[in-house]
Amino acid sequence: MIVEIGSFLLVLALAASAAQGLLSGMGVRSRTLAGAGEGAALAAFLATAGAFIALIHAFVVSDFSVANVAANSHTEKPLLYKVAGAWGSHEGSMLLWCFMLTAYGAAVAVFGRGLPARLKARVLSVQGLLGVAFLAYTVFASNPLARLVDIPVEGRSLNPLLQDPALAAHPPFLYSGYVGFSVVFSFAVAGLIEGRIDAAWARWVRPWTLAAWSLLTVGITLGAFWAYYELGWGGWWFWDPVENASFMPWLIGTALLHSAIVTEKRGALPGWTVFLALSAFTFSMLGGFLVRSGVLTSVHTFAVDPTRGVLLLTILGLTAGSGFALFAWRAPALNPGGVFAPISRESSLVLNNILLSAATATVLLGTLYPLIREALGGDTVSVGPPYFNLTFLPLMVLAFVVLPFGPLLAWKRGDGLGALQRLWAAAAVALGAGILTYAVVSPKKALATVGVAIGVWLIVGALTEVAERTRAFRAPWVEVRRRLTGLPRGAWGMTLAHIGLGVFALGASFETNWRIEAAQALSLGQGLDVGAYHLTLDKVGAVDGPNYLAERGVISVRKGGVVICTATPERRAYYAGGQTTSEVHICPRGLDQVYIVLGERRQGAHGEHAWLVRAYFNPWVQLIFLGPLLMAIGGAISLSDRRLRLAVGRRRVAA
Amino acid sequence: MSFWPKSRKARRRLTILLAVAPVLALAVGLALYGLRGSISFFYTPSQAIAAHVPAGRAVQLGGLVLAGSVVKKPDGEVDFTIADRRAASKVVYRGDLPDLFREGQGVVAQGSYDANGVFVAKQVLAKHDEKYMPREVAKALKEQGEWRGDGARPTYE
Repeated sequence: MIVEIGSFLLVLALAASAAQGLLSGMGVRSRTLAGAGEGAALAAFLATAGAFIALIHAFVVSDFSVANVAANSHTEKPLLYKVAGAWGSHEGSMLLWCFMLTAYGAAVAVFGRGLPARLKARVLSVQGLLGVAFLAYTVFASNPLARLVDIPVEGRSLNPLLQDPALAAHPPFLYSGYVGFSVVFSFAVAGLIEGRIDAAWARWVRPWTLAAWSLLTVGITLGAFWAYYELGWGGWWFWDPVENASFMPWLIGTALLHSAIVTEKRGALPGWTVFLALSAFTFSMLGGFLVRSGVLTSVHTFAVDPTRGVLLLTILGLTAGSGFALFAWRAPALNPGGVFAPISRESSLVLNNILLSAATATVLLGTLYPLIREALGGDTVSVGPPYFNLTFLPLMVLAFVVLPFGPLLAWKRGDGLGALQRLWAAAAVALGAGILTYAVVSPKKALATVGVAIGVWLIVGALTEVAERTRAFRAPWVEVRRRLTGLPRGAWGMTLAHIGLGVFALGASFETNWRIEAAQALSLGQGLDVGAYHLTLDKVGAVDGPNYLAERGVISVRKGGVVICTATPERRAYYAGGQTTSEVHICPRGLDQVYIVLGERRQGAHGEHAWLVRAYFNPWVQLIFLGPLLMAIGGAISLSDRRLRLAVGRRRVAA
Repeated sequence: MSFWPKSRKARRRLTILLAVAPVLALAVGLALYGLRGSISFFYTPSQAIAAHVPAGRAVQLGGLVLAGSVVKKPDGEVDFTIADRRAASKVVYRGDLPDLFREGQGVVAQGSYDANGVFVAKQVLAKHDEKYMPREVAKALKEQGEWRGDGARPTYE
């Protein structure tokens, strides 16, 4: 019964979204209709939420008469993964997508009180139309609540690799980021229709961009973290099409975050900012399409369905196509806004945007190149990490080198020489860190050393900017403290995000270049060395898990003869599906980690049992996940800046 | 500076062009160079023989793991044979095989041929799914008439 109610609510949500699109569209002229449109937005959200709850309920009670539950759940699965199973499949994740879409629509209706009535009505109307497209797709082509005629006794279970806390949380974060850009898209279309893309518009768009960007950052980081410790390959980023699909909206979102500042503060670059606003959600949809259609080969498997891929591509073409057509029609009429000198804050942000867009373009080309080549009748090729390292990294290094200058330059006309003078200390520290790294860390690697220096440059550069703003080391402490507490939260957010980027660069340089790997088949009592650590296989026992049977190794990790950690990596065989997975054990050592995988059982040299043990020493790897976390926190702090609180916009309009 | 245009609009355009052009040139140059040098071609064993893949060139070799060909040595090395309908290649690999590596299954190995025609794999890919058949392998086998229907396609993950 609950499932039927859920199905009904899903159709109701579709109807409410259509009403939202229509009523809000007409609400531009009538207050009453605009109010009705807002009501419809809330109704669409509540109905989708109801359908989503019905699906989760079906998963929790293991109702195998629902096709999606039968395909993705199992009675013996722990509760968390029963719930997470609701968004672990194609159909379920599309419902999650729709849930987020309507939630953002309702959020605009509720929190957008400060928006001008006409703009708000238009935004809600566009958001409603987006909802219609995706809800119609969910209802008619991929209904997660569809029933089965032959009810199985047991479900086929969720892929064991997906039964993991990080991955249970990954889709909700990722989707709230992906779909958050839909609001930005709606604002862009609404602004273009009004023919008004100005400072006020940018101010209204920025909080939504910040929220979506921060959530997407967390989502991608969780995904990378999961890949790192669950796949057992010791890597965290493979430049895989699926990873790139989530990375491109992030890059465009980052560019948008920066260009919107220029539009907000100086009214300049309105065309470019609105173009990025349209692109961000287009890339989100492209990501959804690439991941689901199976047109690209990925190391990660997904809910692949080519026929539905065509439908998703149609939705993508229609929404993005009409958005960009509107842009082509209205953008030439936009007021280009304030002028600025070649050396100024604006110019530095323009440079940031050029580099980020070029980097996105190279990632897009690399991701789609196998498709292009195949479409042209060529051979099957794959584009791997070497391509991305060669194209993406130099562009990013360039962006990182110029980054600390931006905040130190004044708007309109900056003092380039002055900024250089203020940054010489940061440059000296970075250079010193580079030299120190080169001298101390072995083996010596020049490029990795450059990476370390750049990480330090970003961190110290960001701190220099705070010191400049508060006149630290020059003014008396009372004055400095007064200025420190007076700094707006937006400034702290920016500083933290830039520091986070530096922290990430440090971790990535260290981990990718100085990681040590060792693998050997060990029988009991034997050991292997990885870096300064000596691993001994003491014992291997059997473990009976809730829905799996595992071999658990007991491996003592010694450094200089002293046991510092007892690792218990597992190799699990799941009952449902008969799949085996490796459960990695990680021994944290400050910022470093010793990463241990128990492999398959083999015959030893004398016929005894032996296990293939793989171990990695990953220096500074924690920074790779800490950096993006700092960036997301920075985004959240900026979001809480009172300047961006939506009520402030209203006061401005009233004034 | 006489070439510097007088109108504000033109000056702005020129500035933007001057900023965009070098980055664009860099990006295009790197991308072209990258696409020439660092992409790897996919072959099945018979295609690799037909294409005379030179030793040392990084390629991807895909096909079915020949039943009975997998030999796991105590030192961690694994030998197996990847085959399509017409030819087979001996593969050596050091390291842990993916959890889903099984005889008779479709796999893709990344690596290069050595001088003796043995494929030295750096990485062996099998997906997170027991029903999975790598797309390139499926396509190549289909063309050879080996593949029988889409029944093995995963419905989800």
